[in-house]
Amino acid sequence: MAETLHYRTATELGRDLESGAVSSEEIVRALIERTRAVEDTVGAFLSCDEDDALARARESDERRARGERRGPLDGIPVGIKDILAVEGQPLTCASRMLANFVSPYDATAIRKLKATGAVPWGRLNMDEFAMGSSTENSSVKITANPWNPECIPGGSSGGSAACVAAGEAPLSLGSDTGGSIRQPAALCGVVGMKPTYGLVSRYGLVAFASSLDQIGPFARTVEDAALLLQAVAGHDDRDSTSFKTEIPDYRRELSQRRGPWKLGIPKEYFGEGVDPEVEKAVRAAIEFYRSEGCEIVDVSLPHTEYAIGVYYIIATAEASSNLARYDGVRYTHRSKEAADAIDLYFKSRAEGFGPEVKRRIILGTYVLSSGYYDAYYLKAQKARTLIRKDFLDACRKVDAILTPTTPAPAFRKGEKADDPLRMYLNDIFTSSGNLAGIPGISIPCGFSESGLPIGLQILGRPFEEAELLAIAHRFEQAHDYHTRHPDLT
Amino acid sequence: MEYEAVIGLEVHVQIKTESKMFTRAPAGYGHEPNTLTDPVVLGMPGTLPVMNKRAIDQIIKAGLMLGCDIAPVCKWDRKNYFYPDSPKNYQISQYDRPICIGGQLEIELPGPSRNVMGEHKFIHLTRIHLEEDVGKLNHVENDSLVDYNRAGTPLMEIVSEPDMHSGEEAYAYLTALRQIMVQGGISDCDMEKGQLRCDANISVRPKGVDTLGVKVELKNLNSISGVRNGIDYEIKRQIKTIQSGGQVVQETRRWDAEAGAATLMRTKEMAHDYRYFPDPDLMPVRVDQDWLQNLRATLPELPFERQRRYFDSFDLPYTVTSVLVPDRRLAEFFEEAVDECGEPKAVANWIANDLLRELSAGGIGIEDSKLRPAHIAGLVKLVKDGAISNNIAKEVFIAMFESGRRPEEIVEEKGLKQSSDTGELAGICNEVIGANPKSVEDYKAGKQNAINFLKGQVMKATKGKANPHIVDQILREELDKLA
Repeated sequence: MAETLHYRTATELGRDLESGAVSSEEIVRALIERTRAVEDTVGAFLSCDEDDALARARESDERRARGERRGPLDGIPVGIKDILAVEGQPLTCASRMLANFVSPYDATAIRKLKATGAVPWGRLNMDEFAMGSSTENSSVKITANPWNPECIPGGSSGGSAACVAAGEAPLSLGSDTGGSIRQPAALCGVVGMKPTYGLVSRYGLVAFASSLDQIGPFARTVEDAALLLQAVAGHDDRDSTSFKTEIPDYRRELSQRRGPWKLGIPKEYFGEGVDPEVEKAVRAAIEFYRSEGCEIVDVSLPHTEYAIGVYYIIATAEASSNLARYDGVRYTHRSKEAADAIDLYFKSRAEGFGPEVKRRIILGTYVLSSGYYDAYYLKAQKARTLIRKDFLDACRKVDAILTPTTPAPAFRKGEKADDPLRMYLNDIFTSSGNLAGIPGISIPCGFSESGLPIGLQILGRPFEEAELLAIAHRFEQAHDYHTRHPDLT
Repeated sequence: MEYEAVIGLEVHVQIKTESKMFTRAPAGYGHEPNTLTDPVVLGMPGTLPVMNKRAIDQIIKAGLMLGCDIAPVCKWDRKNYFYPDSPKNYQISQYDRPICIGGQLEIELPGPSRNVMGEHKFIHLTRIHLEEDVGKLNHVENDSLVDYNRAGTPLMEIVSEPDMHSGEEAYAYLTALRQIMVQGGISDCDMEKGQLRCDANISVRPKGVDTLGVKVELKNLNSISGVRNGIDYEIKRQIKTIQSGGQVVQETRRWDAEAGAATLMRTKEMAHDYRYFPDPDLMPVRVDQDWLQNLRATLPELPFERQRRYFDSFDLPYTVTSVLVPDRRLAEFFEEAVDECGEPKAVANWIANDLLRELSAGGIGIEDSKLRPAHIAGLVKLVKDGAISNNIAKEVFIAMFESGRRPEEIVEEKGLKQSSDTGELAGICNEVIGANPKSVEDYKAGKQNAINFLKGQVMKATKGKANPHIVDQILREELDKLA
């Protein structure tokens, strides 16, 4: 079993731990071994405190020896995107600006995760401050797509997706502002879910765009994703935007919600601009659901065409303000060249931020500026309301909406790096979910001829994660995409 | 040509709360630098604000006392600007939906003399909003150090209409505002601790003209007298500028109290674009009628209303009310004593004269005094019942103040009780009459004053304990018998 331990799912590992077939320490050691073997190729991790993980694993084993078990994730390692605060661990957001920052506190999601006994496992690469769709905007390193190391893993949570796909972690946490979980999940052939805005506390998630950001799980199966979501979901009085709602038992709901579902297909998400191989795989998935007795209906999301524009106004506006705190005064990179306070701002920020972050700060500053606010920010907020209304109207008619997660499979490294607009179009099918605040999940639904994964996106009603997971689970049960692994030897 | 100044004030008042506006870190003054902080106060990556309901309670109370409309829904905005004392480089504030709208403040201008009430007028308010305070920069030699203890303290900004016309009116406005804030428990308003800070918008125009002149913002008015002096200085500067053919320029100036002058801080062109937008981390706040009703029930009487009640119900003179009313604790002390003895004038005199004198001599506040309202009420009753004379009462007062013992106890123990025993007093009176034939003759000759000397002799013989009314009565009777 040892040679395949790293590709066992969290659910399987939980059973192994329960039966005594394996210890948490052995799991962590197996992952250490796995990362040593593949990290040179994958490059998912920015850092990894192996000693801390081993210590926590041993604590879990001791608990279990005493007959205690905190939950299904007790002793299971979970990779953490380097945007979530873990006390005593680096929190860099893959930026030179925070290269030396160590978090003095735990994010609420991390606090909850630790309470379940799960083992925080490494700091995962990302686009700097979560701004990007390829993880190429990391100031530290480029992460490879495990299915083809010449390709990008997607982004911004590229490290979180790649490490799960490469067997370097059974589970990981990422964040999704415009598709940053679902898009890399699709491109790396794993499950990734963006919960409803407000389901998971944002306290301790370094803010990119506060009204869009959500923490969510990566896993190799829907069941595993359900387990991880369970661990982090729920109201938090440290986040005023977190919602007070009953959290169902997601894993139990997987088998209890059996459909048949009424599923909507938005015409705006197909046709021109969508890679034929992607369209073919998604259409096949739709046919699968039809064959399962689901009713497939056309729905319209007429304001879809505005989503990218609206997204880049609102997200950059919020980012320009959220990132103002990185100024060279307190805990950030501080320029050694500064002549005075103003110069300290200019130089520290010039040196600390990468080009994409600067581009977005400038964009966001512009759209909030006096004289432009009404034309851009205010108008974008109005359009956002219409986009949300599109989804809520559509979801009154159907249980969920099926779309491709991305217009195309993973592209080659460097291919779009110099063309921000083309890069932004990667989020075309995902960003409206953030604008609407609704939940969305991406699951593997096929491969391109060149062997790159393709993702199916399932969008649903606010706080109906259980329904989305059940719909996704049904597909996974009838297919074997989730059991395939990239060849990294 | 005669000119008229037009002044509006923007006053920042620090709200008194246990913890900061958006986190549980404690609020306070005078602590080691950067000890009243936590990751939220310091704006660490990933932290989020959560509203302190107590801060909203306090600003609503302030708004209700100032007659504002309380918005049923208000929201929070980010004011974006870079400054090292600002941990996030934006300040959470309220832009277009403040919590308190309109309102007015009653002020009293100086009267013709200290003993005469001055003119009252109402200054209208534009709005009051809630925001977070920033940290403090300390400049030492070539370094600037930042202390974030103050950062995140709830702060309200009270914006007046341009209703004032002199430094004196601004002074009266701040005085009245401070009284209300302190009496309402909203803030201690200690200007030295930065709990009350004032900026003024000042313009001048020819008298009789309706349009406003170009305004200058005057900052750093850090004491109440500084407000008066700074504003008067700026008014003179603007009038002089116009009279000498120049034009007032829209700009921000900084008052330097020591130099007694203001210097240019920034011009209109250098003004910030704050890029306000709704803070996505905070939800709007809905204030319902129950919430308002509960807060309304906790409000104290406004100082000027109290003063009018003292005139109307107690017939107290202005000079006494102007001592009692500005200090809520003193006023409540007074009212408690009056409730017990029903003698407002006597109680007011004891407080205004004797109590304040002793407090000031002892260097303590009324809250630290052993003397409680019941003591004064008891003392007033003893005098009223004729048990002790006014002179003896003074002695008893000192003893009460020092020991905190009840007046009855002191009178009893020291044997100070006034004698009203007519038999005993008649004997003493006759002795005095016998010993002072000259005075008796004078009295009989029609010199009414002569009786006073005899009275004094009786009081002396009784060590002041004789009831002077009864002594007077007996002496007259006995003397008339001799006639």
